[in-house]
Amino acid sequence: MQNLGLDVFFKGTNFLRLLDGLWVAVRISLISVAISIILGIAVGVLMTSKSRIIKVVSKIYLEIVRIMPQMVLLFIVYFGSTRVFRWNISAEISAIIVFSFWGVAEMGDLVRGALISIPKIQYESSEALGMAASQTYLYIILPQTVRRLIPLSINLITRMIKTTSLVMMIGIVEVLKVAQQIIEANRRVSPNATFGVFAVVFLLYFLICWPISRLASYLEKRWA
Amino acid sequence: MKQSLLEIKHLNKAYGENIILKSFNLKVEKGDVVVVIGPSGCGKSTLLRCINALEDIQGGEILIGGEPISRNAKNISTMRQKVGMVFQSYDLFPHKTILDNVLLAPIKVQKRKRNEVEKEALELLGKVGLADRKNDYPRQLSGGQKQRVAIVRALIMHPDILLLDEITAALDPEMVREVLEVVISLAKSGSTMMIVTHEMAFAKAIATRVLFLENGEIVEESKEPKAFFESPQTERAKKFLKSFEY
Ligand SMILES: Nc1ncnc2c1ncn2[C@@H]1O[C@H](COP(=O)(O)OP(=O)(O)OP(=O)(O)O)[C@@H](O)[C@H]1O
Ligand SMILES: [Mg+2]
Repeated sequence: MQNLGLDVFFKGTNFLRLLDGLWVAVRISLISVAISIILGIAVGVLMTSKSRIIKVVSKIYLEIVRIMPQMVLLFIVYFGSTRVFRWNISAEISAIIVFSFWGVAEMGDLVRGALISIPKIQYESSEALGMAASQTYLYIILPQTVRRLIPLSINLITRMIKTTSLVMMIGIVEVLKVAQQIIEANRRVSPNATFGVFAVVFLLYFLICWPISRLASYLEKRWA
Repeated sequence: MKQSLLEIKHLNKAYGENIILKSFNLKVEKGDVVVVIGPSGCGKSTLLRCINALEDIQGGEILIGGEPISRNAKNISTMRQKVGMVFQSYDLFPHKTILDNVLLAPIKVQKRKRNEVEKEALELLGKVGLADRKNDYPRQLSGGQKQRVAIVRALIMHPDILLLDEITAALDPEMVREVLEVVISLAKSGSTMMIVTHEMAFAKAIATRVLFLENGEIVEESKEPKAFFESPQTERAKKFLKSFEY
């Protein structure tokens, strides 16, 4: 049988280190996702406002987030802003700032989309039955908004987890960085480790993202 | 003097500069089946929407059983329960089953007991031939079936008057009849209704009164629907009815 280079995992604490790295990636995305959901809902509701200023500002915000590669944002926040403003923020905080900046925009847009996609007739037929505005929101509008939102936001979460691999560019030792370190350290003794290590990294990402995206498509079907 | 079930006095309704109804007057008595016809854009939907206060009005009064209904009044929920409405587009709540669509308002708004309402809901669904679909979701139903559920959802609130706005206009022709038959049986049982429709044969069969509207005004009114449809008095009504012939 071919040597797949899996032996490196049994050396020292290599496998544990890899899991540690994974935890860093997951931690950054979990915190960013939490911030994105909370602020994103607020921003999304704001975005449905009729005010021109709010519309223009949120449009510019959204465009910036869409145009700028996340990596550029990471560099700006971690290397750029720390020089210019002379503050001291860790790489991990920088990453969370950038991911939240991104997530709030996307989440806001999802919330806005879900809210305006509820047809006016849903409000009206509820009112026509004598329901108060609060009852209309509670029983008719919110459940439909959340149903539309959950699969989409789960999708956003998996994209965030995947994109955390970028944070090693600002020196954070997450799973992909650990993988590289392991490969480097074992270059001579087990040259095939490149394959084995990346295969395991693939598997780890898969194990985290797959259940999440299964859940998304289950909910999507169930609530279609 | 006897209290009218619905009385509209000098109603003014405009969208911005665009005046739709100008000093509109109407009385509807218990048991009336008022069919409202007229060219597109003449204000039929607007009139019905004003009656259950889905629209702000710019002047005049709408009384239901002698009490004014107004969008911003405290008693708006109580007043709206007296007016049932079914719209043209299927407006069922997509996230609720057929039964829950029907039960929601009586339980949440009228605070009735679930098992009592459920019994009535199943009876009404049975009458429109849909009792076996109670656990389905709206997306599993045809347009005609959805409209029948929408009628039941309005009826279970025991409204004094039922407003139907072109409820078959979005339906495939073969489903129109199943819905209109439900409405006809309601009329036979004495329900008070205001019906906007483009189905002239149906209008003729069901109406006890006809209003012909143009530009938000009653151009011709008749308590003899058969006579109206055969020989309308005004030129404009004649012309309008002609447009349905081939
Ligand atoms: N929300 C609105 N804002 C502005 N104008 C409106 C609005 N709703 C209706 N109108 C205008 O009011 C007029 C009357 O509309 P309405 O819907 O009452 O007509 P209708 O008689 O029901 O026509 P149809 O037979 O096509 O349904 C139309 O000129 C329409 O353009
Ligand atoms: Mg209309």
